[in-house]
Amino acid sequence: MFYIHCPYCGEHREEEEFHPKGQAHIARPEDPAACSDEEWGDYLFFRDNPRGIHHELWVHAVGCRKFFNVTRNTVTYEILETYKMGEQPSITAEYSDGRPAQDAADQASLREGVRA
Amino acid sequence: MPNSVAQNVRTFDTRPEATVAIESPLAYSYQRSKAPKPNSHGRKGLVVRERPLLGHLILRGGAIVLDEALREELGINLPGQPQGLVLDASGERSVQWLSPDEWLIIVPGGEEFELENRLRARLGDAHYSIVNVGGGQTVLELSGEKAREVLMKSVVYDVHPSHFPVGKGVTTVFAKATVIIRRPTEDCWELVVRRSFADYCYRWLLDAGEEYGIGVAK
Repeated sequence: MFYIHCPYCGEHREEEEFHPKGQAHIARPEDPAACSDEEWGDYLFFRDNPRGIHHELWVHAVGCRKFFNVTRNTVTYEILETYKMGEQPSITAEYSDGRPAQDAADQASLREGVRA
Repeated sequence: MPNSVAQNVRTFDTRPEATVAIESPLAYSYQRSKAPKPNSHGRKGLVVRERPLLGHLILRGGAIVLDEALREELGINLPGQPQGLVLDASGERSVQWLSPDEWLIIVPGGEEFELENRLRARLGDAHYSIVNVGGGQTVLELSGEKAREVLMKSVVYDVHPSHFPVGKGVTTVFAKATVIIRRPTEDCWELVVRRSFADYCYRWLLDAGEEYGIGVAK
């Protein structure tokens, strides 16, 4: 059983309350009509299946019913972090110990720019 | 007059004046599954009591606007923290955090339509939603010394007082059903259950509480 931290409820809850929803951070093509069949098929049907760090979308189905992201190691099943929708992971395959401070700051300013 | 959102919402009183008999969701359960009498342990004995036909409203929107409106109309503020539960002085009206933009208001039966109208009038053009869900759910109240023992057998959530103090409420899994568990006072636990699950939860409580001599107060 996982013991998952819901970033919206702000506490750890049993896995029974959650439901996995597949790979996270899949962007819908800007102009679907301009996509080739292959591009559209990749977007709809093809998912990563990495050995190691994987970003997933989960929903707190029995609880606050919000979607959020989970970074999980598919080999050890360890959940490395959970973060809200719209945020970027601090732990990725390149930075398995967490993103360097400068890089994280850049990401933050990037998000700030998007919001403004 | 601007054509505001509030004017376009159709509302209706779910309790019409007509003399139609209203029954609690457990009316049939009491007959079929019986209702054991509370034992004579006084306040310590385990008792389940239904609080039927209360007014339940789901309030959604931005916290700041809703908080202001609630303070004016109900005299209580929105819970500031996740899992928060705030009651008024009498303990009859409560507001509970359900998710970052969603709250559950429970008021005595019959007050909900008037409260909804007053909130709509005050909120005006703000971005919000109020839904009367009173017909869909009911409240079971569990009290007594062994109430926590019964909950420990039934829910996946940690109900130890250090983790579940008075003034907290969570949505979680109770015997495979979804319930909202609240702790309004020290010795009382409230379960907000779906109407369609009320019979199931009632029978589960009778079964789980049998070893503690559970009784039903009506």
